[in-house]
Amino acid sequence: MKRATSSAAENQDVAALHKTPTGVEGFDAITGGGLPRNRTSLIFGGPGSGKTVFALQTMVNGARQFGEPGIFVAFEENSRHIVANAASFGWNLPQLEKKQLFFFDAKVRPDVIKAGEFDLSGMLAGIKAEADARGVKRIVFDSIDVLLTLLDDPYAERREIYRLNDWLSESGLTGIITAKSQGDYPFVAARYGFMQFMADCVVVLKLQVVDQIALRYLQVMKYRGSSFAENEAPLVIGASGMEVADISAKTIAVEASPERVSSGVGPLDAMLGGGYYRGSSVLITGSAGTGKSILAGLFAEAACRRKERTFYVSFDENPSEVVRDLSSVGIRLGPHLKSGVLRMHSARAETFSAEVHLMNIKRIVREHQSRCMVVDPVSAIVKAGAALTAGRVAERLICLAKSEGITLLSTSLLQGAQPLSEETPVRISTIADTWIHLTNISQAGERNRALSIVKSRGMRHSNQVRELILSDEGIALADVYTAAGDVLMGTARWQKEAAEKTEQKRILAEVEHKRREVALARAELTVRIEALEQELKQKEAEAERLTGADARHKLDLVHRREGLEQSPSAKIFKKRPENSHAAGKKMTRGRRLPKGGGQ
Amino acid sequence: MIPSGDEGARRAEEKGSFVFRLYVVNEGPGSARAIANLSALCKKHLPDNHQIEIVDLLQDPRRVLSDKIVATPTLIKVSPAPVQKIIGDLSEEAKVLFALGLQQGTK
Repeated sequence: MKRATSSAAENQDVAALHKTPTGVEGFDAITGGGLPRNRTSLIFGGPGSGKTVFALQTMVNGARQFGEPGIFVAFEENSRHIVANAASFGWNLPQLEKKQLFFFDAKVRPDVIKAGEFDLSGMLAGIKAEADARGVKRIVFDSIDVLLTLLDDPYAERREIYRLNDWLSESGLTGIITAKSQGDYPFVAARYGFMQFMADCVVVLKLQVVDQIALRYLQVMKYRGSSFAENEAPLVIGASGMEVADISAKTIAVEASPERVSSGVGPLDAMLGGGYYRGSSVLITGSAGTGKSILAGLFAEAACRRKERTFYVSFDENPSEVVRDLSSVGIRLGPHLKSGVLRMHSARAETFSAEVHLMNIKRIVREHQSRCMVVDPVSAIVKAGAALTAGRVAERLICLAKSEGITLLSTSLLQGAQPLSEETPVRISTIADTWIHLTNISQAGERNRALSIVKSRGMRHSNQVRELILSDEGIALADVYTAAGDVLMGTARWQKEAAEKTEQKRILAEVEHKRREVALARAELTVRIEALEQELKQKEAEAERLTGADARHKLDLVHRREGLEQSPSAKIFKKRPENSHAAGKKMTRGRRLPKGGGQ
Repeated sequence: MIPSGDEGARRAEEKGSFVFRLYVVNEGPGSARAIANLSALCKKHLPDNHQIEIVDLLQDPRRVLSDKIVATPTLIKVSPAPVQKIIGDLSEEAKVLFALGLQQGTK
């Protein structure tokens, strides 16, 4: 009878469906505002899946954040135990109790004897009176199956469930009923079959163990009159309660920044055309020992120097080890850690599921108000649970950074069969904005580090492979030599460089030598030209002397000689023509020489 | 008709008699059955040796939380010790007698 009226009312105000925020992070986003107000929601789940935590957290948040007092009807556990168990969440239940949050110990002790039929009408009347007197808006029945076990009769079960439901819809309270489910599918048990039709919202909590790591999920199965994200959402129960991953398809609304942030390596900034974009996500991949952590450390150090709050997450290495190791290459993080600009967090990857890691990271990021973040290595998350889940966690980590405007640098270890395939195990390379790949190139008996930018969205970047050189003075990027199709690095590059230098020197020396030789030759020639000019002058003078009177005088002499030759004393004069002949010879030679010198 | 409260209970205890408190919902059929069943049982097994207090939760609903009443009807044997709680309409007489430690009188 009341079913009809309630569904009629429902049809009337579907558009005006109001929601009651649970304050459970992620859940309100998935359901577009929380649980249906003044309606009944069913929370199914196996043992330990978090039903009680979800219900209690909804109550606590209602009382603390939304000014809605609540009653918690505990069929299963003593309220003392519930308060004690929730103490670790920091909800301060003892303070809330009796003012905004009331517990009703409805646990039926085992020594109570059942002798005949009973119902819940008295209890519900009492709760109604209590709720009215204290202005209660929310109510939890945890868990209904304990009650059903007590009734132990299918007819009575159904009757009491309907009684409860009718009571809830009349009371105007926002109700949560928790129910234990067996196995994966919550509705196998016939006793719950009708409950899902009755409730306006059905939520299933799951606990799975994959690779020895506990993974929790939440799934909204039904939400009358409302849209909701229907996939399984990862769920985490952490230090401050339950947190549900927001799987609702919401776009990243943060505006892209044109501002550049230094990578901490000058030459790398140059390769990227100025550095990483602010708020972008950078992925550095490479196998072990390629220098990923060093690039991460340099980025963190540079950020700290700019006085930007930086959060450094390391897996399987504690902060002091990270600081020590990085100081060996001249990266000093210690002072920044002390001043609080740098916050470090380390965790053993296998200890928790990827979801728990993400939740911890999220909490610290908000607490610390980080602007830059390093996750070294993000691939460690893969160890924390199923690979697919871990991949999603990595994606959500990037989304978290994006939505908070944090510049994120994460490293990823590549190993296994294809260490150089440039494929990231976490498959976050597609959503990373900048992807830098480091490789170890092994040749001529040594390993060298090579850096290349695989991609960088929205910026021009160098396509060249550079050699990453680590030294006491820090880090440098060197151009690599390519020779006969091989990339030369390390000693080979050094040898090549040295050889080129020697060759250059040799050429320079040769040129100098030649230059000197030529200068010497020129000087010699100049001297010779001068000497010859002198000689020429002498000869010209001599030639002049030989003309005119001299010539005539010589002719006289010839005539005289001819006369004398016929005389007996001719032998004396014969020698003179020989002498003049010798002098003539000399002249000929002298004339030729300048010609030869001129050549 | 029935003495109620601590004073009544103490007087009854002095006499070594049974003191019962029965939580009911006035209009409920189960409640009427429980009252009838309890009266009949007392008449048969505890003549002149019992006191019954009936609490109507519709009239006094705050006692649900203070007395932690989940099921109606609920019978509480206040004395003699130990305190015993029995839920249901008391139609299963053997169980009731067992719970009250009176089973030797039957059968």
